Amino acid sequence: MSDTSFDAAARIGQPWKKPPFVQRRWLRLLLIGGFLAYLVAAYMTIDVNWSRVYEGLERGKKFVLAFMAPDFTTRSTDIWEGMIESIVMTVASSVVGIAISIPIALGAARNVAPLPVYLICRSIIAISRALQEIIVAILLVAIFGFGPLAGFLTLSFATIGFLSKLLAEDIESMDKVQAEAIKASGARWTQWINYGVQPQVMPRLIGLSIYRIDINFRESAILGLVGAGGIGATLNTAFDRYEYDTAAAILLVIILIVMALEYLSGVVRARVQ
Amino acid sequence: MPIRNEKGLKIWHRRTGRESLSHWVLWLIGVAIFGYCWQQISNTTTWFFVWDAPRIANDIWMRATPPKWSYIAQLGKPIWDTLNIATLGTIISLFLAVPVAFLAARNTTPSALFIRPIALLIIVSTRSINSLIWALLLIAIIGPGVFAGVIAIAIRSIGFCAKLLYEAIEEINETQVEAITATGASRWQVMAYGIVPQIMPAFAGIAVFRWDINIRESTVLGLVGAGGIGLQLSSSLNVLAWPQVSLILLVILAAVVISEWVSAKVRGAII
Repeated sequence: MSDTSFDAAARIGQPWKKPPFVQRRWLRLLLIGGFLAYLVAAYMTIDVNWSRVYEGLERGKKFVLAFMAPDFTTRSTDIWEGMIESIVMTVASSVVGIAISIPIALGAARNVAPLPVYLICRSIIAISRALQEIIVAILLVAIFGFGPLAGFLTLSFATIGFLSKLLAEDIESMDKVQAEAIKASGARWTQWINYGVQPQVMPRLIGLSIYRIDINFRESAILGLVGAGGIGATLNTAFDRYEYDTAAAILLVIILIVMALEYLSGVVRARVQ
Repeated sequence: MPIRNEKGLKIWHRRTGRESLSHWVLWLIGVAIFGYCWQQISNTTTWFFVWDAPRIANDIWMRATPPKWSYIAQLGKPIWDTLNIATLGTIISLFLAVPVAFLAARNTTPSALFIRPIALLIIVSTRSINSLIWALLLIAIIGPGVFAGVIAIAIRSIGFCAKLLYEAIEEINETQVEAITATGASRWQVMAYGIVPQIMPAFAGIAVFRWDINIRESTVLGLVGAGGIGLQLSSSLNVLAWPQVSLILLVILAAVVISEWVSAKVRGAII
């Protein structure tokens, strides 16, 4: 603690108090006051139409009840096709995205790549991370037309930013000694990467890839909202028609698949580490 | 170590014959699945549009530049709404996530058999459904507007915050808890003096991290009608006002970059 004016005599017998996070009293009060003022201002701008909310509660109740009796049958073909399309998009985009992000990750690691390559790869990552999936999907649908191709491209693009960044950080923090030993044996650059770098980052790459497949599936469920294929379109239609039992069925399937993926990723990660 | 004899030479191989065979089979299955998926996508694609894509992309680019700078005056209120959706949503979700996290953590849950699975289910289900879907649902229930956006963000963030928080609770140093218990503290006092101080830094970090993510997510909530700058984006897209679209995208990009910078600064100060 940076408490310089420690006076033991005055402190004895008094209950201990946690030192405040912000030491200066006026600054602390200003921060708290400012935050409270912001909260009030923010709250004021939200005008809630309580009578509308009250009317909607009935529908909310219906929706919650729909989870008790989800309707898989009436639109089973729509659900089935949408789900398959989502899974297909997830698999294809994960494979392509991961395949592209590995060279980009190598390029974005400062200890492997020369500076110009590093800068180019880092800017690719920055662009991919800054653009929201759904915004990318809107643009790609405008360019490539409706359908899962736009969704596939969107997810591949988003995968690059995510995976390359984390993988590049892992490559940068790898153990140099092993890689140097390979180099000392007279290995070429590709051999150096293959035997010196790859074994060190492989467990992390597998773990990240599975996590990204999980994310891609969740994202593929909403791309249909803007026409980029997948279960999202079916879900949107179900909400538009107030068919809550169908919507509940779709949501349950999504939750189940995500849970299965999460379980699977746990198993795989335990095996590779 | 699999060493095979080839023409009188002993050669080291990384895998035994059986291992390499199973590797090949797995790879083959993987490639076959990918091929099938690619075929599915390819079948539902209108390839004419794809060959036409460079021209269309160029066309959109020509229409979108330069951005319509004068439109920025109308973006003040939407961006303020977006900020509010993210901030209020994060605060509400933290209030909800803390009890869920304590119920989900193995060392603080009152019942590992009954309550813990329920808490874990809440975490998985809120996390696996995108905020846009939550927003769709809430709009059907409480009507379009900022309020639906705030609640959607709040619900969506519960799982994320609670998951990270309960992992932090499970990783605490038990000796400190034991020390507090040994002084004869009650259950709540153990919580307040033994557990909470240990997870406070993690909690603050999670809050700021999620706020940053929520800024991103709330920028697009308007696409389904839940308020914020996405509303302007979708109305501009509907009338094909590309100069406005490009300006909105720039504003969103700026908001995302600023929020990332703020969150990095704040997290650096806390942790």
